Amino acid sequence: MALAFLDRWKQGLAKTRQNLQSRLDWLRGVAGRRLDQELLEELEEALILADVGPQTAGNIVARLQEKAAREGIREACDLKEILRRILVEILSQGVPAPGPCPQAPRVIMVVGVNGVGKTTTIGKLAKRWVDEGSAVLLAAGDTFRAAAIEQLEIWGERARAQVVKHQSGADPAAVIYDALQAAKARGSQVVLADTAGRLHTKMNLMEELKKIKRVMGQVVPTAPHEVLLILDATTGQNAVSQVRLFHEAIGVTGLVVTKLDGTAKGGILLRIVDEFRLPVHYVGVGESPDDLREFDPEAFADSIL
Amino acid sequence: MFEALTGRLEGIFQKLRGRGLLTEENIREGLREVRLALLEADVHFTVVKQFVERVRERAVGQEVLKSLTPGQQVVKIVHEELIGLLGVNHVPLAFAQQPPTLIFLVGLQGSGKTTTAGKLALWCREKGRSPLLVAADVQRPAAAAQLATLGEQLKVPVLTPKPGAKPVEIAREGLSRARKQAHDVVLVDTAGRLHIDPDLMAELKEMAAALRPHEVLLVADAMTGQDAVNSATAFHGGVGLTGIILTKMDGDARGGAALSIRAVTGQAIKFIGVGEKLDRLEAFHPERIASRILGMGDVLSLVEKAQQAVELENAERLARRIREDKFTLDDFRLQLQQVKRMGSLEQIMEMIPGFKKLKGVQPDERELVKVQAIIDSMTAEERRDIAVINSSRKRRIAMGSGTQAHDVNRLLKQFTETKRLMRQISRAGPQGLGKMFPGLRGS
Repeated sequence: MALAFLDRWKQGLAKTRQNLQSRLDWLRGVAGRRLDQELLEELEEALILADVGPQTAGNIVARLQEKAAREGIREACDLKEILRRILVEILSQGVPAPGPCPQAPRVIMVVGVNGVGKTTTIGKLAKRWVDEGSAVLLAAGDTFRAAAIEQLEIWGERARAQVVKHQSGADPAAVIYDALQAAKARGSQVVLADTAGRLHTKMNLMEELKKIKRVMGQVVPTAPHEVLLILDATTGQNAVSQVRLFHEAIGVTGLVVTKLDGTAKGGILLRIVDEFRLPVHYVGVGESPDDLREFDPEAFADSIL
Repeated sequence: MFEALTGRLEGIFQKLRGRGLLTEENIREGLREVRLALLEADVHFTVVKQFVERVRERAVGQEVLKSLTPGQQVVKIVHEELIGLLGVNHVPLAFAQQPPTLIFLVGLQGSGKTTTAGKLALWCREKGRSPLLVAADVQRPAAAAQLATLGEQLKVPVLTPKPGAKPVEIAREGLSRARKQAHDVVLVDTAGRLHIDPDLMAELKEMAAALRPHEVLLVADAMTGQDAVNSATAFHGGVGLTGIILTKMDGDARGGAALSIRAVTGQAIKFIGVGEKLDRLEAFHPERIASRILGMGDVLSLVEKAQQAVELENAERLARRIREDKFTLDDFRLQLQQVKRMGSLEQIMEMIPGFKKLKGVQPDERELVKVQAIIDSMTAEERRDIAVINSSRKRRIAMGSGTQAHDVNRLLKQFTETKRLMRQISRAGPQGLGKMFPGLRGS
């Protein structure tokens, strides 16, 4: 089971021939090579190219050097294995701990900057959970972007999930208030609340999110049970600022990383997981709902190297 | 981070202040900072390497100019090289001699193509052209509906596809409709796609080959990391880009992707997106962005922005009132509203040289809202002459604005202080005043 899953994961990531090719090249390149300054610089370069960031990459390579010295490692291939272990160790901090299942409706608030794939992620999650037999309700809380409501409705149809909406331009908190009331009345098990994309630096828009969160608590006292921040894997160092400011404003409980099916590695996640200790709930590796996978530190580390 | 680069270099070069030549030795540490700052800003690894090498070559052996510190001199070189890399001049959109001009917007999912299509339509119309928007994104649910809504807001016609139509057919229909209805610009919004998706890239190639667009603009997210190079290279190789639009520049991204994309495609960055509203599209000016990147302030664009927002009439009136010492809270409130219209306070402060050096002066938009509420809770008489505000009036104002009496006190004190300052500046002549309110230039 676990193995089959790992295979599917790897298939997703190896979609690109370049990806695979560069890994093979690297392995071929280092075969028989010994630990030297040049090799360490190459590893640092690989980390930076994966968006790990110059500082974190430097720290990791320093740790690697220290560990190699302690364990008396000389061969390049062994060195890579140690590096892999370091990455896995850091990333393992991002594995979600199994928590108690809250009483229905479980309310999930989905936030993020513009264009990261909030609505698409909601659609995929809805499809998955409906297929598993849950009653899912979608709240069309993005009342700002043109046709965002229509986009969510189409996903609602595909997933066979109910959608609660107001008109475009309506108060998002009011939509979500109604959605939660409806979820209680109809006995929905999960509510996925969409919100408009917003840059984390826009204070008034972050205030709006706080209000939405407060309103949720008025209908379901324990809500929201999750605040999921969606991150785009193609984003560079700015993702740190996104996590920091969204977290400060509304208390993020978990992350979803989208668009890992391209050539971007999403290495910034190393820095984020290390700094914020936030669990990574899902990673998106393709178009179909099945391509939303649980986070696996080993597979993620492999794809970075 | 980028903002601090100038400061950090200053620190490093303090030791060699004002003397001698720049040598390999004495700039090594500084160049390391430059490298780090650029990588931190998401400039691609290889691009950074080449860039730092070029700066080193230029810097070594240079004599430090009398008027500069070594740190400033290196920053000057870095700045010039940045501009060189970003492209020296602004490159406008190329309109066809024989209209209609056909423009494709291409890029990854979520980069902002549809919003940018709307913004470009508005921009074209303001230039006196007659644009037609074409919704050729048949992938994303409700993408056509989104463009149709934007078109409605802008009163720009939108061609939405019949069910099942192929993108190339949709674009072709757009062209023929433009000819019939005398539109001189056709803006085609294409589906977001991964640069490694063979089918969708082939589709784009087919579209470009069949219709020969005058402009193929890559819409790229300013927050993109190292991968910007891969996607830009693939789009350029696939369809032949003619320009770049960088979106989401209104956040706190350093925008290093601009450098990377520019370096690998050689194409000009033509516009930047700086807000969600449809008029938030600006022409790209390399020298300004390079300056902003290095924290040197962006005085030029601030002046321009201010000129747009501040109606000259108000400005003149204000200047007169300051000269005659009649500046009241009413004027103060008007000034606040104008500041707000110009954009976020933070954005404006970023563009004023020296402002960033005032550490601890955090522009707080909440404070502005409070100030406005307090002034709004005053009577006309109180706004005209704050001398009449006694403690019972203060209590009433505080209650009306949802603030505390000490907030009101503080505002009144600040206002008196500002007024005093203005009097001084206005005595110092129009130049001093112009510095405070760029919009007043020439009044």
